[in-house]
Amino acid sequence: MLEIRNLHARIAEDGTEIIRGLDLTVKAGEIAAIMGPNGSGKSTLSYILAGREDYEVTEGDIIYNGESVLEMDPAERAAAGIFLAFQYPMEIPGVATMQFLKVAMNEQRKARGEPELTTPDFIRLVKEAAGSLEISMEMLKRPLNVGFSGGEKKRAEILQMKLLEPKLCVLDETDSGLDIDALKIVADGVNALRSPDRATVVITHYQRLLEYIVPDSVHVLSKGRIVKSGDKALALELEANGYANIISEAA
Amino acid sequence: MNVQPKLPLTAAETALVGQFADQSGALPGNAEMAAHREKALQAISASGLPTRRVEAWHYTDLRRLLADVPERKPDANVSEIKTLTKGIPSFVLKNGMIADVASVDGVSVTSMADVLRADISGVKPADHGVHDAVGLINSAFVTDGFVMKVDDGFVAASPIELQSLHDGGQTHTRNAVTVGSDANVTIFDRHAGSDKSVLASSVTDLKLRKGAKVLWVTVQEQGEAATHLGQVNLTLEDDAELTLFNINLSGKVVRQEVNADVVGEGAKLTFRSVNLVGDKTHCDVTLSLGHLVPNTSSTETVRNVVTGQGQGVFQGQIQVAQIAQKTDAQMACNTLLLSDTAGFATKPELEIFADDVVCAHGATVAEIDHDHLFYLMARGISEKMARGLLIKAFVAEIIEELEDEDLIADLEARLENWLEAHA
Repeated sequence: MLEIRNLHARIAEDGTEIIRGLDLTVKAGEIAAIMGPNGSGKSTLSYILAGREDYEVTEGDIIYNGESVLEMDPAERAAAGIFLAFQYPMEIPGVATMQFLKVAMNEQRKARGEPELTTPDFIRLVKEAAGSLEISMEMLKRPLNVGFSGGEKKRAEILQMKLLEPKLCVLDETDSGLDIDALKIVADGVNALRSPDRATVVITHYQRLLEYIVPDSVHVLSKGRIVKSGDKALALELEANGYANIISEAA
Repeated sequence: MNVQPKLPLTAAETALVGQFADQSGALPGNAEMAAHREKALQAISASGLPTRRVEAWHYTDLRRLLADVPERKPDANVSEIKTLTKGIPSFVLKNGMIADVASVDGVSVTSMADVLRADISGVKPADHGVHDAVGLINSAFVTDGFVMKVDDGFVAASPIELQSLHDGGQTHTRNAVTVGSDANVTIFDRHAGSDKSVLASSVTDLKLRKGAKVLWVTVQEQGEAATHLGQVNLTLEDDAELTLFNINLSGKVVRQEVNADVVGEGAKLTFRSVNLVGDKTHCDVTLSLGHLVPNTSSTETVRNVVTGQGQGVFQGQIQVAQIAQKTDAQMACNTLLLSDTAGFATKPELEIFADDVVCAHGATVAEIDHDHLFYLMARGISEKMARGLLIKAFVAEIIEELEDEDLIADLEARLENWLEAHA
């Protein structure tokens, strides 16, 4: 489903190279975990997948469902089924969360040639999805992410993911800032979306999240490249021994 | 004041002088009013229209911007407009003449022209000096308007709407509204017309007696070739509360002045201004607010969106008199520039002579936040729509303070139309 080939990318503004020859393949149905120390390029990778303009791909390609996404803008990628759950979801004053959800769902449907949702259908879908994430309708009346706690923001990201039903989910440090209860709620939300035709990339610092979202593959990112891949045992090894050994082995 | 060498009259100034000579005999008013008109015209022809050398007009060089003074067309056919919210009484001026007068219990209305003919002592034009181009043009040429009195204690069941409409040419109207003690009323003040060239001036004197509560909403949506010169002169007596909401949606050259005297203790002014400035247009909002007695408060929030080669201006002057202790005034001006060629000038001025006051001002000028744009697009919202959502959010925050759902819906629909056409 996702194939990243020899990807090189830099910060558009100052030319700093962050991703330096990254290869990664994630199949439909697979949950791939990407782990790595601070500054290894994890968040950059997630932004590049989503199409953020601040980064420039200088070499290589990102193939999603057989097609390169490099020429697609973030909205086109989202409509094609790529979803990024942000590490730091933006607070957007003045845009009501419900209005945002409705516009996003309908824009994606429009882009795919599907009819727009009626208001009752929309509200029913939101209520269903919000309940299991312990999100109150009261919270959804507020402006998007404004005044949400860290945990509420992350749950709101997963709510969007559930409603938009993407094919490729990229979770960028979704565990950061979550207490254990919130972590379970978020993980349950992600697990509920597990399906044979959906791939998930879980980017994380710590093994803890992977106890709840059990990955099929684990990849270690260092200095912009995948330096080691394995199964979930690799995550445990990292937890026990840290990144230093593996990174120096690979170097 | 510097003495400036006298400039030759521009075509527009010459046209004003010439038209005054032709028309003045027919303009309504007794001898005293005629003298006022003459004096106003003299000031224009002697000093000329203000240029950027006049501080109050530094960012709006009216002498340069007023290129065209079309002839009056008192008999032109004027398209009617719907009231802002449905089924409310309206008072309509067409081409500067009274065309329709509703009947509202608790509100008495007479023609400004009749008052100017009979006795102008109650409606004397405010004297803002020789550079008060808006007031002077209006004084010289005013044809009619409404003199409206809201009875003491009257609580209006629905808003009242004033309309000033035209089909090009010129329109110079003046309304004088006095809201009686403890009365509570909402007034919509509309300015609209065709896309033909027009010079429109509008002066409103609004007085709130003790304890009066007023929501005044000015909606300026002149045509694309319009010069709109507006002036509101406010007086707030004890415990009066006024929300003055001003939205500029169009027009080629717009100057909206607000002069406010807060003269009663406990009075409160809430000023909100939304300015949507399209390509190659100029929109100036100039506020001069005096807190003249102790224990008064005001907040001023101005939100501007400027696109293309649009140019916007906000000047906000707050004076706190020496005796006006415990004044609380908070002013903010936030601007969103949608293009590299759009511009905005913002000038706050606080003149504080009292020592126990809270006064603050802040101004921001920004582009659309790229992080916000990315976030919305990452959810599949197209760039155009995402930009629209963010711009709307920026402005809607102010509109939604109004509380009246119908009014909010109406203003937001206008905002969306503007975005559709300009953003």
